[in-house]
Amino acid sequence: MQKRLIAIALVLPALIMIVLFFIVPLFASVVGAFDVGGVLGLGNFTKSFELYSGDMIFTVVIVTVSTALIGLLSIAIGGYLTLGENPRAVAILRWLYRWPMFIPFIVVGQVMRTFLAKNGLMNNILVSLGLLTPLQTIGFLDWRGIVIAFVWKQTPFVTLLVAGAMASLDRSTIEAARNLGASRLRILIEIVLPQIATTLMVGLILSFVTMMSVLSVPLMINAQSPTMLTADIAFRINAHGDYGVANALGLISLILTAGAALIYLRHSVKERS
Amino acid sequence: MARVDLWWLPRALILGLLAFIIFGPLTNLVLWTVAEKWYFPHMLPLEYGFSFWQRVFAPRGNAMGSLLTSITIAILTVIASLALAIPAGYALSRLKLPFRGLILLAFLIPQAFPNLPVYVNIARFFYQIGLNGTIAGVVMVHVTHGLVYAVWIATAAFSAVDTDLEEAARSIGAGPFRAFRDVTLPLAAPGLMASAIFVFLESLDEFTGTYFVGAPDVTTLPLLLYTAGSGGNYQIASITALLLLVPSIGFMLVVERFLRADVLSKVGH
Repeated sequence: MQKRLIAIALVLPALIMIVLFFIVPLFASVVGAFDVGGVLGLGNFTKSFELYSGDMIFTVVIVTVSTALIGLLSIAIGGYLTLGENPRAVAILRWLYRWPMFIPFIVVGQVMRTFLAKNGLMNNILVSLGLLTPLQTIGFLDWRGIVIAFVWKQTPFVTLLVAGAMASLDRSTIEAARNLGASRLRILIEIVLPQIATTLMVGLILSFVTMMSVLSVPLMINAQSPTMLTADIAFRINAHGDYGVANALGLISLILTAGAALIYLRHSVKERS
Repeated sequence: MARVDLWWLPRALILGLLAFIIFGPLTNLVLWTVAEKWYFPHMLPLEYGFSFWQRVFAPRGNAMGSLLTSITIAILTVIASLALAIPAGYALSRLKLPFRGLILLAFLIPQAFPNLPVYVNIARFFYQIGLNGTIAGVVMVHVTHGLVYAVWIATAAFSAVDTDLEEAARSIGAGPFRAFRDVTLPLAAPGLMASAIFVFLESLDEFTGTYFVGAPDVTTLPLLLYTAGSGGNYQIASITALLLLVPSIGFMLVVERFLRADVLSKVGH
């Protein structure tokens, strides 16, 4: 009994930290969303939908498209790392893919802003190669810029998880299928993918949540309307000191995130049964 | 005679394209840090030089101040996180705890919910108690966010240490604290080092929490980068970005040395 108390005492300070500085403010944000000038009400939500329903759709579309692209790319890279037959190409890919993983979002925002701009290095190279004329260049600093920045930064993380899970699979079924003449693409889709689906799902949900709460990338790449909900929340606070609508928008993004996780969970449960 | 492998053609094409997608933007950043004059439609800068570096590192420049603030905050965050995570990690790996799985999950919460609304409300709360715009306030926010790495990796690091060694020390008369300090702690040190580096980088790179809780009094490098970038000063912003980039990439290259497979396989268990 005493030992148990010691164990609890050792964990408690760290737990209190989480409760005090995360769970309590999270509840404050949920309560604050219904606080209209001191009375409980839905005023903040009507205002949020009036002003920002376009941005809600914009946010969901951007994050969903990014998540789908991240999923496809990480399966492709992880698949090649596991099933690739040329050791040198596999080694190069393994060295190459993880570079953006630890680069902070704020740096990704700055890097992409200068690279993808109408007069950025990407267009400059295309013009110098004669693929475009200066008049044909277009900037990518809108929803496409945000998607590119998200996919660039998050794919290595999901790939790391997916490739790790693929590497620890039992090779014998893969070898057996290979001996029976199955193509590598078919092995990837029919044998490897079903076994690593849980890992992929965890990685994609974590990425989804991360992208829903990144402020720097939308602020730096595309701050004008339509933009992402995070930028709207920052604007409500900084320009209007309007905590009610900011909290309502926060709760809406929370619900959107939970909804995405739920849809995926139900889908994967259905597939397994 | 060696046969030419025709598959190298598509392979090289795809790997080359991937290398361009990954390194193109990074090269662009490095070019911006040394570009004195660069305008459309020139592919490369017209003049190179280090005058912006001098400006950033001038004694009057605010970059040195931000760098110092960033490093101070990151070091304090690491100390506080480890002080909380080492006892917690030890208890989670060695002692009998009720609801152990739930406790481990609780540390994941700050990563599993969109944290912008949380920062907004912490800022409001800190404002009332006078912690807004202070280094202590920013450190608390960073610790909360970094605890998941600190606690999870510390738990895994302690789990990877053989209990027999600790019991041997106890049987020749060492007290529980002495056995921990002289046997378990040194053996878990590489894993704890990895968690310290993780927390340090998280703190160094953190933008959103600092933006709400610290600004405008506490200016870290990410905030300086943001202000310089929105002011259109791409050279200063790129130099700041490069300063943030170097430790991140350095860590990526050495992470496997600190985080050995036996520790990694125990993370989250």
